[in-house]
Amino acid sequence: MTDTTIVSVGADMFADAVAAQAVDVERVDWRPPMPGTETDLAAVATDPRRPEANRRAVEAMLGVTAHLVDVAPASEVLGLEKGQFLHAGPPIEWARTSGPLRGALMGGAALEGLVDDPEDAAALFESGSNVSLEPCHHRSAVGPMAGVVTPSMWMWVLEDRATGRRTYCSLNEGLGKVLRYGAYNDEVLTRLRWMGDVLGPLLQAAVRGTEEATDVTGILTQMLQMGDEAHNRNRAGTLMLLRDLSPAMVSAGSDAGFDGKDVADVLRFVGGNDHFFLNLAMPACKLALDAGRDVPGSTMVVAMARNGTDFGIQVSGTGDEWFTGPAQVAEGLFLGDYGPDDANPDIGDSAITETAGIGGFAMATAPAIVRLVGGSVPDALATTRRMHEITLAENPRWSVPVLEFQGTPTGIDVSKVCRTGILPQINTGMAGAVAGVGQVGAGLVTPPAEIFPKALAALAARVPTA
Amino acid sequence: MTTPLTTDHVELRSGAYADSVTLLQVSRSVQATPGVVTAQVAMATGLNLEVLEGMGFTVPASSPNDMVVALRLEEGADAAQALAAVDAALAPTRPTSGDTTVAPPRTTTAALRRTGAGAVALVSVPGASATVEAMDALEAGHDVMAFSDNVPVAEEVALKTYAASRGALVMGPDCGTAVIDGVGLGFANTVRPGRIGLVAASGTGCQQLLALLHHAGASLDGVGVRHALGVGGRDLSAAVGGLATREALRRLDADPDVDLVVVVSKPPAPDVADALARESDALGTPVELGLLGRGQRDLTAVAEAVLARLGHEAPAWPVHGADNTGPATGPLLRGLFVGGTLCDESMLMATDVLGPVRSNIPLSEELALGDELLVDDHTFVDFGDDALTQGRAHPMIDPTLRNEQLARAAADPATGVILLDLVLGHGAEPDPAALLAPEIVAARRERPVPVVVSLVGTDLDPQGLEAQRDALVAAGAEVHLSNASATRRALELISRSEGAAR
Repeated sequence: MTDTTIVSVGADMFADAVAAQAVDVERVDWRPPMPGTETDLAAVATDPRRPEANRRAVEAMLGVTAHLVDVAPASEVLGLEKGQFLHAGPPIEWARTSGPLRGALMGGAALEGLVDDPEDAAALFESGSNVSLEPCHHRSAVGPMAGVVTPSMWMWVLEDRATGRRTYCSLNEGLGKVLRYGAYNDEVLTRLRWMGDVLGPLLQAAVRGTEEATDVTGILTQMLQMGDEAHNRNRAGTLMLLRDLSPAMVSAGSDAGFDGKDVADVLRFVGGNDHFFLNLAMPACKLALDAGRDVPGSTMVVAMARNGTDFGIQVSGTGDEWFTGPAQVAEGLFLGDYGPDDANPDIGDSAITETAGIGGFAMATAPAIVRLVGGSVPDALATTRRMHEITLAENPRWSVPVLEFQGTPTGIDVSKVCRTGILPQINTGMAGAVAGVGQVGAGLVTPPAEIFPKALAALAARVPTA
Repeated sequence: MTTPLTTDHVELRSGAYADSVTLLQVSRSVQATPGVVTAQVAMATGLNLEVLEGMGFTVPASSPNDMVVALRLEEGADAAQALAAVDAALAPTRPTSGDTTVAPPRTTTAALRRTGAGAVALVSVPGASATVEAMDALEAGHDVMAFSDNVPVAEEVALKTYAASRGALVMGPDCGTAVIDGVGLGFANTVRPGRIGLVAASGTGCQQLLALLHHAGASLDGVGVRHALGVGGRDLSAAVGGLATREALRRLDADPDVDLVVVVSKPPAPDVADALARESDALGTPVELGLLGRGQRDLTAVAEAVLARLGHEAPAWPVHGADNTGPATGPLLRGLFVGGTLCDESMLMATDVLGPVRSNIPLSEELALGDELLVDDHTFVDFGDDALTQGRAHPMIDPTLRNEQLARAAADPATGVILLDLVLGHGAEPDPAALLAPEIVAARRERPVPVVVSLVGTDLDPQGLEAQRDALVAAGAEVHLSNASATRRALELISRSEGAAR
């Protein structure tokens, strides 16, 4: 009772009355919460489990270090069998899938030899016989854009050594006409086959041959100080990965029977793809967030994911339940002649980066990204600051130099989103709406607002009655 | 893709570089230039060459480190103008101002990240959202004063139970007044500092004590208030059980600069009052309990007991404008209050003299007033009650409702005396007497209904006690500093009137 600073939330006249007594007043710019959420907000706020539950969820998430321990086919590490397809986002049936997800599934079917011509795969998925769709998230995996994983695709394997938990992600194909954006022509399939024949096995040899497993969380720490936000900009991260893996790629690669040309091809492919590291950033984020799952009473979001039709979130205190709403179309810049009408609604598991506090949440550290919507550097700073309004913690490992090394805003709080109406800011690529087109642009997007009140209601319903 | 009506202009710029995001933006802005059909400015990477080709452009041999400027112009359009637009868009821009203003915080949590450890949160949002903001403060280890009313009692219990586990104090909800280290929160009077600590489950009850002790302190050494900790009007109810009162007592007992603690409250639940009495006895600091109720002391008597404990005799409580007052003009007493505790106090005193009285905050259920607020009986209305403040400001800020009722009461021939309160201090109207005085004049125009006012305030309040008092006296009111004294005067006038014996 000796410090006389007052925080005033509500009527300005009371703040004025305090200020008139020459006392410092910090005024909250309070606005009514999302419509109809007051009762649920109060129920969740007074849930006696919540403060400790959120503290535990945050602590568990921040405590995870992701190490790169292996590269191997999905059939081996995920037990994925022929006809089983993983995809990005919440669960979805073929009939509701969007163009890019369809395109990727069709290409995937051809890659696995289920059909000779990808065009024939549509009938296969329609019939539903001998094929099944399942979210990556249900198999400890994440996939960018369409996120389609088939048994023969090679996966990064990340491990939390404290618990032995692992997460997985496919290898990044590059930009343009690629499967994850829904393209499935010969060029796409040829590249995927090379990735299965050369890239995957050589990376496996390199990872297994690298004495000290690469600390992916540590690379994220460094790249955030080098202009990457690890969602739409992964240049520094990609180069640091190359630095770590190149020696073993050369030595272990030749032991494994790869010649100099193969190694050169791989180095060129990785070095030429600024987004290569994204597929390590994502499973590192998932590994951390999965540690925060299933804490009863916690309001922390543990996954944000889109399948091109629905945007879904999962919350620590509500188990595996998905809260979904229609995915939005990003605002941003388009390649060539493409325009907003060509873009598919938001797609991909890559919003796991924002869920973990990087990507759009770390915009301040990658000011170039803000230009995707014609913004300015102050906008980038404001975005990161704004995300602190809806998060539970700051990540001390992931700091932003320009904000005085403040940690990135981490652990989205469903309650705070409903209270402030501030939606998580996501940086994203845009896929063409038509199967086969590929990438049409990149930009910024937010989740549909209504999924947060839905999650809040589920949290409120689980509050134990006194 | 090229139509006869357009011409393409493609040039390579070696050594020029901009990142792809910038270039997408440049392309977009050049596309908006008059005469430009489409434009693509990009580094000559494989992917971009493919895009350019897809757009129908023919690009000369290039390396990925070249920048390609590809323009498709309307027939006759000036290529130089379009290229100037490219240059302008590529030129680095600087923000015109060094604007790095940080947006204001949107939640109490965010605001408390910007303040020191001892900050107190003052919550006055609508009741449905108050608990959420208050929890923010408690979770961060800060005390809360919640002015907001219409907060469900279950939420109040939850807040105070959590606060107790953290050693934090919840003043409220529906806490009108607090003074912390001399800083007034909500509706609070400016008082001389001293060594008395107040705990108040009553906003206007607290203000009455502040005003009386301040008046007495003008001529007595060592009489002043160090802290006045509100706890909310329901704190001593059976449901809440005095959770905040207990924490407030603990704080004041531990404060070496507090010699005497005074607890004031609206009528408490008997069990809670008994427990409070036992716990108070166990404290090291003496506690004076001023709990209103049938057969209990009024607030002025409590102030006098406090002075006696400090070895002083109470002064005569000031009265002005007694000459204005003639006999009661009818058999019924009309109490119209903005302060709930002042209303309670007057009702308790009136019941002793007149028998049961009717109210919107009745002493027992069968005495409840309906929406009409005026019946053929003695009536006491608290305009600060939750039911009358839903969707409007507190009557200390917006006196419209009370003024209307004042006119109705004056027009009722059965009305014998009108008893009012007026509360000064931070948060209240800047000149409340100016709003009330004309209503008093109007009320007395037809017949001289005695209007007795308890004016609660101090000479240090922003409105100035004297000026307010003089305005009311000039309007025809009789003005008391003590609500008990004003009530006693009103009861005496009614009792003397012919119809008083019902």
